[in-house]
Amino acid sequence: MLNRYPLWKYLLILVVLVVGLIYSLPNLFPADPAIQVSDAQGDSLDERQISRVEEALIDSDIGIKAIEETNGQWLIRLQSDDDQLDARDIAADVLGSDATVALNLADATPGWLQAFSASPMTLGLDLRGGVHFLLEVDMDAALTQRLEVNASAMRELLRGERIRYRNTTIDERSLSISFGSAEDRDTARRLISRDFPNFEYSNEGDGRASNLVMTLSDQTVNEIQDYAINQNLTTLRNRVNELGVAEPMVQRQGPSQIVVELPGVQDTVAAKRIVGATANLEFRLEARNDTPDTETERLEFRNDPTRSAELMRDVIITGDSVSSASNSFDENGRPQVNINLDGTGGTLMNRATRTNIGRNMAVLFIEHKSEDRVEIDPETGEETIIREPYVERGLISLATIQSALGNSFRITGLDSPTEAAELALLLRSGSLAAPIYFVQERTIGPSLGAENIERGLLSVQIGLLLVVLFMLVRYKVFGVFANIALALNLTLLVAVMSMLGATLTLPGIAGIVLTLGMAVDANVLIFERIREELRNGMSIQQAIHAGYERAFTSIVDANITTLLVAVILFSIGTGPVKGFAVTLSIGILTSMFTALLVTRAMVNLTYGSKPVKKLWI
Amino acid sequence: MKPLSQLRIDFMGRRNLAFIVSALMLIISIGAIIFQQLNLGLDFTGGTLVEVRYGAVPSLDAIRQLLEDSGFQDVSVQTFGASTEILIRIQQAFDADVGNDVVSLLRANGDSVNLVRAEFVGAQVGDQLRDQSGLGLLVALGVVMLYVAFRFQYKFALGALLALLHDVIIVVGVFALFKLEFDLTVLAAILAVIGYSLNDTIVVYDRIRETIRTSRIDDMPQIFNEAINATLSRTLATSGTTVLVLLALLLLGGDMIENFAIALLIGIVVGTFSSIYISGALLIPLKLSREDLIPTKKETDEEEEELP
Repeated sequence: MLNRYPLWKYLLILVVLVVGLIYSLPNLFPADPAIQVSDAQGDSLDERQISRVEEALIDSDIGIKAIEETNGQWLIRLQSDDDQLDARDIAADVLGSDATVALNLADATPGWLQAFSASPMTLGLDLRGGVHFLLEVDMDAALTQRLEVNASAMRELLRGERIRYRNTTIDERSLSISFGSAEDRDTARRLISRDFPNFEYSNEGDGRASNLVMTLSDQTVNEIQDYAINQNLTTLRNRVNELGVAEPMVQRQGPSQIVVELPGVQDTVAAKRIVGATANLEFRLEARNDTPDTETERLEFRNDPTRSAELMRDVIITGDSVSSASNSFDENGRPQVNINLDGTGGTLMNRATRTNIGRNMAVLFIEHKSEDRVEIDPETGEETIIREPYVERGLISLATIQSALGNSFRITGLDSPTEAAELALLLRSGSLAAPIYFVQERTIGPSLGAENIERGLLSVQIGLLLVVLFMLVRYKVFGVFANIALALNLTLLVAVMSMLGATLTLPGIAGIVLTLGMAVDANVLIFERIREELRNGMSIQQAIHAGYERAFTSIVDANITTLLVAVILFSIGTGPVKGFAVTLSIGILTSMFTALLVTRAMVNLTYGSKPVKKLWI
Repeated sequence: MKPLSQLRIDFMGRRNLAFIVSALMLIISIGAIIFQQLNLGLDFTGGTLVEVRYGAVPSLDAIRQLLEDSGFQDVSVQTFGASTEILIRIQQAFDADVGNDVVSLLRANGDSVNLVRAEFVGAQVGDQLRDQSGLGLLVALGVVMLYVAFRFQYKFALGALLALLHDVIIVVGVFALFKLEFDLTVLAAILAVIGYSLNDTIVVYDRIRETIRTSRIDDMPQIFNEAINATLSRTLATSGTTVLVLLALLLLGGDMIENFAIALLIGIVVGTFSSIYISGALLIPLKLSREDLIPTKKETDEEEEELP
């Protein structure tokens, strides 16, 4: 019989709609602004401390919605977004250094919805405010650093075997050592190639100018670069976590870029200092008077450039061997950083200091920076910006080794407590395997975010209303079907986006609005076809049937091509374009479901298998 | 609205007029793109953009002077939406701290200045994005053309491609002509226009194919007229609803989304025109004939018999 669906089809549609409803519901409960308080040492916090925070907040007229505790962490939900920053400062003041206070957005999804693990869409930075950084990892520097480490190890190996060498030079991907004679070089080559299999070896020159050139293989270069990116990702995640930001994002983009998004952060200067810091430490011995010049270099003090010291080129350990670090003050009230080394680091440090008691050891502060310079082409007048990386090194302390050092010790000579705290943070979170540079930055104030949400929602509502009216006027009863389908389409779209964990951005909202306008297209096609078939003299039941069947290929063809474009948009797009593409693609799929199946089910239920005299279309 | 569906407009008879109108629009657009050039947004050029909100209405000249005195070159200062909201652009970005420097500079005279947003895009990123976007547009056009050639026939694919190029060039041309800022969201809008205009074109083509198969006459212009008239009310209804929501977006969506909505609006109006006139009418000079579609005729017969 015409225009009847089997029962299972109705049930299927019903199930899809119910699931869609459940997963879209959490979006009606916006997350609460909150501050999260946890003990700095990881113990659970005293309830009395929390009630002191509560009193302080009430005194400052900050509205508290609820206070909850989970696993020793306290969550204070606030009434208003505006109070969040003040509340954090107040809580931090009350609790002092024992506790970590962070901003958070607390999920407000009711428990029964959480049971389905339904959660609201995440809002993009343009809707909630925050900072977005795009960082470029300097791959050349990663290679140079690796080569330097290898060079240092090779020099030690050669000294141990009493082979005399002259100079080591590093050039892009290769490392060369010069020797006084070809025999020395050949012995060195045999020794080194046994320990360093990742290089390709070749000899250059002869006699007194014999060089051993070692080049990294392509595979090793790739490995080093991958390692650099992954190590940097880990380090950045650690640092961002230390900043105490709710739902931060640290993600690789392309071969050499990293995206960092910090929602809610307004103080970009501090965030940038921590995220982009490339500071590291090196511990080196001071040179002895009889050390050959090729093995030493002269470096200045960081806070007093007139003082300098002659240091060994060889590094005992770097900041990478630090397992934990904290800042405090020494007996004289000067800032200091307490350092604990990991196993290997401790052994290396112990070995170096045990045999060198009485010598000076230097702590070297190293920072990678870059400077942009504009160069104007004399012929074309075109301006190109050239980025020149440079390294800033400075001694922060030079102290006599009194006894063999072990796993833990402290360093002084820092300018301020803030510097000590930041250095400790950087040492804790690990250093960057390669320097990074900021290539893009976006800061969106919280007021703009709120405004964007408000305007976005308003345009969705008005757009929806206009379409609903249009369809009602034009297609009457069938317009009602199409409008119900449109509402369900919006629900399903939101549900799918929430389930996929997609991020809603302003262009995403634009995508929703556009989808609403275009979603009725399929129904328009069908309804026009039905009208046409009626005019051609078909019976009502047949016309409905033919309308759906004949419009089907048009609808599928048209939607598939739009979907193709949306997928391309997604794959080439970054940031705003991606958000738009996601909503557009999902919208196309959900609108096909609602326009084809859901309206058909409604039409079938209303008109199917009954005598109908007139069709209100 | 009913009379609309009974209208018999002789679209094809006036195709030469339509071609002239299109050619004129294309010439103006291409001229504007070449001579006026696009006002590329920060996303593509690199540079720094700072949006601040003042407590009271500030003087734009004073701000410009202040910034230039402090050594910033190529500074553009304009209001953005409200008169207390100021958008400052600096083409040459030497480092990512410029945004903060600008805000502290403006605050120096004791004005109340709030940072609304700040963006810094490195020059390399801009270049990269420009290449990537051009490539994306080409890939989108290519893939779509392949799909149409596969589902219909290569002459249809050619017609659709020309119609799409027509739409894209005119939208970009309007942006060049009126010096509207062309940024990433506008690019997204143009890709959406491709999708939308194609949607329209396909619906018309689908109907042309159907009419060619069912009708007995061999006069192509008459067949096209019939097909376009049959889909006309649908084309106008869909464009109508889309234009309605876009107007809502344009008027209510806020400044950040304004250019996006403008690009889509122009695109949809032009796309509707081109799907009625250009893509159909182009099939005539391309000499589409019934024979071009005969190999697939069998398939539809089966489809129709299979109807449950």
